[in-house]
Amino acid sequence: MTVSPAPSNANTYEEERVSASACPACLAAPSAEQLAKSGDIKGARIMLSLPTAHCAVCITDVERELMKQPGVKSARVNLTLKRASVDAETGVEPAGLIAALDKIGYESHELDAGMLSATEADKRGRDLLMRIGVAGFAMMNIMLLSVAVWSGAQDATRDLFHWVSAAIAIPTIIFSGQPFFASAYYSLRGGRLGMDVPISLAILLALGISLFETMHSGAHAYFEAATMLTFFLLVGRYLDYRTRAVARSAAEELAALEVPRATILRDGVEVVVPVGELVVGDLMRVRPGGRIPADGEVIEGHSESDRSLLTGESLPVQVGPGMVLSAGEVNLTGPLMIRVTAAGKDSSLHRMADLVAMAESAKTKYTSLAERAARAYAPIVHILSFTAFCAWAWVTGGDFRLAVNIAAAVLIITCPCALGLAVPAVVTAASGKLFRKGLLIKDGTALERLAEIDTVVFDKTGTLTMGAPRPQNLSDLSPKALSVAMALAEGSSHPLARALHQAALGQGATAAALEDIREVPGYGVEGHWQGQIVRMGRANWIGAEEGASTATHLKIGDEAPVSIRFVDSLRPGAEEAVAGLVAQGKSVWLVSGDVEAAVADLAARLGITQFRAGALPMEKAQLVADLTHEGHRVLMVGDGLNDTAALAGAHVSVSPASALDAARTASDIVLLGQDLAPIAEAARIAKHARRRIKQNFAISIVYNAVAVPLALMGLATPLMAALAMSASSITVSLNSLRLR
Amino acid sequence: MDVLIYFIPISLFLGGIGLTAFWWSIKNRQYEDPKGDAERILSDEFDDRPKQE
Repeated sequence: MTVSPAPSNANTYEEERVSASACPACLAAPSAEQLAKSGDIKGARIMLSLPTAHCAVCITDVERELMKQPGVKSARVNLTLKRASVDAETGVEPAGLIAALDKIGYESHELDAGMLSATEADKRGRDLLMRIGVAGFAMMNIMLLSVAVWSGAQDATRDLFHWVSAAIAIPTIIFSGQPFFASAYYSLRGGRLGMDVPISLAILLALGISLFETMHSGAHAYFEAATMLTFFLLVGRYLDYRTRAVARSAAEELAALEVPRATILRDGVEVVVPVGELVVGDLMRVRPGGRIPADGEVIEGHSESDRSLLTGESLPVQVGPGMVLSAGEVNLTGPLMIRVTAAGKDSSLHRMADLVAMAESAKTKYTSLAERAARAYAPIVHILSFTAFCAWAWVTGGDFRLAVNIAAAVLIITCPCALGLAVPAVVTAASGKLFRKGLLIKDGTALERLAEIDTVVFDKTGTLTMGAPRPQNLSDLSPKALSVAMALAEGSSHPLARALHQAALGQGATAAALEDIREVPGYGVEGHWQGQIVRMGRANWIGAEEGASTATHLKIGDEAPVSIRFVDSLRPGAEEAVAGLVAQGKSVWLVSGDVEAAVADLAARLGITQFRAGALPMEKAQLVADLTHEGHRVLMVGDGLNDTAALAGAHVSVSPASALDAARTASDIVLLGQDLAPIAEAARIAKHARRRIKQNFAISIVYNAVAVPLALMGLATPLMAALAMSASSITVSLNSLRLR
Repeated sequence: MDVLIYFIPISLFLGGIGLTAFWWSIKNRQYEDPKGDAERILSDEFDDRPKQE
């Protein structure tokens, strides 16, 4: 057994990770491995997620209760993020705080504080806000002076006003314009002509020409236009940033909820280590209900394993010594001792990540509407303005001052104020709307891609179904058998047993008085009832016949065994989602790794005509690829590891919050609640949003179509530029708010 | 027009006050939790201890 992790191994592993997550989506949700690294550093600050907090009373209750705990120095609730941050002395355990909050009726979860620190110090957002503030104040002050000039200030007064304006505008542009200048510089250095190049050029040219005119007591100065341009464009930039920051912080929170650690035996002592530090040969202990952290071979113990997240099959698999388990499976009944056989880049989890990376690279990069607009727009603007310069220099016989003035006016008027707001304003409105419905947009272009889909592929287990079984034929049981089954079910934490117990309670049954109830891990539960041995569990243990569907079997004494069959309960909203999508004219598919009968049954229940059963992960991805090849735009909805490749390969993808980290990382949209119904709604909103974006483009084109000829003819004044700019920006913003 | 000698500095000064106030509010993270702040005003408990950062 290796005592310390080999550093070389850890390094290569890190490199692998970096290359595997070279997709934009992965930046949004950090991988489990990155999480694991920031693992057990437990500083004095504890972060708790409070999903149910919503009012003033909640804030006071939670803060008061936390402050009462020994060792807590201060507690502060942030209602916007639904989080509490607690400053406490070292040694204060989050578990204690969670228990205390639970007692007063508030659900809370521990969050990995190290993971969230990035969001806490939201430097970039505040930085942008500051630049907006400065540009806004400068814009208003300069406008005050400009109005005086436009209403007829002459000679010395006008020059003085222009000089004061210059004194305000120059430092403002230097400070507030930096984001554009920096990005224009990078895109020029990369040999591209982005949207920021004409923006920077217009701002700088406006500033330069105005300064020149001011020095020579000219009549026109564009200082207010330059600052206004900066202001409106910064607002667009900020909206864009906010949308992404909100999505990122929520995605981070999802990731921070599951702190991936493993319990291993080192020199006979149990220690908890981050998953990233596991090495081959480590002995892991996995308790019932725990997820298996790395691939390994069972050394000791019997249990059952739930593989639904990996393979999609809903039947648990029996596990005993010598069996090989993959990371991501859930141990159900008995404690297991597992020797790690593959860690890091060799593990099946990582192979799956490679699959995702492959699918990502095979997918052609999506060009968003904004990018397409910028691509068409930037050359036109430059050509127009340059033509204006040449033409006027030629017509006037070398009056370069006039020619530069007109060229600058053309640049300023065509400058994409409204174009810069057209997309972010709509995306902000739409993603806010979707967020309230429980959908988290991780990627800005996801909304546009969602608007284009015509085919939807659903995974079964865990996506359309809850992955939580429900007994189907309890009415077949005699009251005696039911009460015995209920008593036996009480003795186990197996999901089937819990579901059975719940359902029996619901029917008003009472548990029979049993003696010596004990769980036989991997097989079932047994006990004594009225002098007979009663058993409930796997078919081969009871001596019953194995059926096709998920079932448990009950045997009382020497009586014939009875089967209790289970069906997976539908996820709420699944029917509405499918019906809604069909009503929108989308073709719906069901793909699952589960057996034919179970898949066909569910498809029939939901009215899905096209389905495929027993699909391996590669086959799922292949189906998506085939559909794409036939010219369809596919939305993939899935939650398991077996879906990740398909999720990454689809045009756009959705996964529920209960999905594995890898699946969430691979998808563009995360469903925060239990309900599936918002998916159909999202498709509708996305279509609407796309229409609004196009309208916004049309609006800004109309403004340009009116203003550009005037500018080309040399008739544009600074007043006109200011009016066109603010009017188009405001119409575009208002149009975006109409989104329903 | 001599009055401009007073008015321009005054208007710039007033604008400057606004800008400083905005700068202060960002620096002090006044926009961190808008929802919470809206609710906190309804609470009877007074939060007059300085925030311990």
